Amino acid sequence: MKKNMGWKELDFGDSVNAGTAAEFHTGDWRSDRPVFHKENCINCLFCWVNCPDSAIILDENNKVAGIDYRYCKGCGICDTECPTKKEKRALTMEPERK
Amino acid sequence: MPTLKDLATRKDPLTGGHRACAGCGAPIIVRQVLMASKEPVVVTSATGCLEVVTTIFPYTAWNVNFLHNAFENSAATCSGIEAAYKSLKRKGKIKAEKINFVAFGGDGGTYDIGFQSLSGAMERGHDMLYVCYNNEAYMNTGIQRSSATPKGASTTTAPAGKVQPGKVQFSKNLTEIMVAHDLPYVAQSAVGFWRDLTTKAEKAFNTQGPKFINVLQPCRLGWAYDPSKTCEIGRLAADTCIWPLYEVENGKYKLTYKPKEKKPVTEFLKLQGRFRHLTKPGNEAIIEAIQKEVDRRWQNLLVRCGEAPKAS
Repeated sequence: MKKNMGWKELDFGDSVNAGTAAEFHTGDWRSDRPVFHKENCINCLFCWVNCPDSAIILDENNKVAGIDYRYCKGCGICDTECPTKKEKRALTMEPERK
Repeated sequence: MPTLKDLATRKDPLTGGHRACAGCGAPIIVRQVLMASKEPVVVTSATGCLEVVTTIFPYTAWNVNFLHNAFENSAATCSGIEAAYKSLKRKGKIKAEKINFVAFGGDGGTYDIGFQSLSGAMERGHDMLYVCYNNEAYMNTGIQRSSATPKGASTTTAPAGKVQPGKVQFSKNLTEIMVAHDLPYVAQSAVGFWRDLTTKAEKAFNTQGPKFINVLQPCRLGWAYDPSKTCEIGRLAADTCIWPLYEVENGKYKLTYKPKEKKPVTEFLKLQGRFRHLTKPGNEAIIEAIQKEVDRRWQNLLVRCGEAPKAS
């Protein structure tokens, strides 16, 4: 997607290609960062289904592989929804700047 | 009933990089509803948070066919697309396959401004699903009251102050109004119940005719709570029976979630900044009035679902 595009450059009917927002990275909004601990993950996918920013990465077997920090806004829903026990958390929130 | 393993194999309908607030419930609803469809979808959206944050020029976050028209006519636009597709199919000008037509609207674009076009499209019997992501105020323009705003909530046009305790009226029960349209499928769901919402969406896609789903969407900005609690607050709304989850199939009511124990409404109110003034002394009567109205609506619903005997 071209930066600073004008409306005259649009196709007829103002139609644009699908999914171009993927080129726009919202990760710098984040003040808290979710950290994924693979060894504790039970692959329930609750974080993935409840993520508003499609920022949970799944591997080829559809298991959780990590967090896409390009898009993650650090809301913490994944951490709240993660059902793992307190001592063996699969997701923890850490401040972006320590 | 779709399992998470099934859903994970489907294409994500929405990319990251849209500009919704951190912890917004609307993209969660969109992802869960659209992933429940096995067939291709065509989406229209009313003006509102969802349309604005996903389609900021020149970007679009939609991986599916998406059309935006105006605030008041997402249902009319969707019904037009459905009618055009049917016509082209009949003339043999297009490959015949099943396509699901979905319209999204916020509570402003559904309860108030888009109500006439929604009612019209449902009456004409188009094969489409209308999903209302109900965040109980005009959040996009800066939290103005709508007819979905509950009693006691503070908004910028019904602020809590010395004279008025926020909005004075109770919210409109739109789901019941849609039931009165005699649709084949009407349901009510909330963020935080992914299985409930995806099941209802799948059921709607498998039903021929006009369908309506009203989904409660906690709004971290307008409701003023910690963004990580979006799903929790949605579940609390169901647990306190402020927002019961049920479906109506061809006029037959069914409760899809029955809280283990009915919590008092204060459990839901105390977490949110828009109800903060209600906890101050002198406002007990408002909380009492809210509880009474919630109880009355819940009892009525139980009777309709056949879970409680009819009051004589």
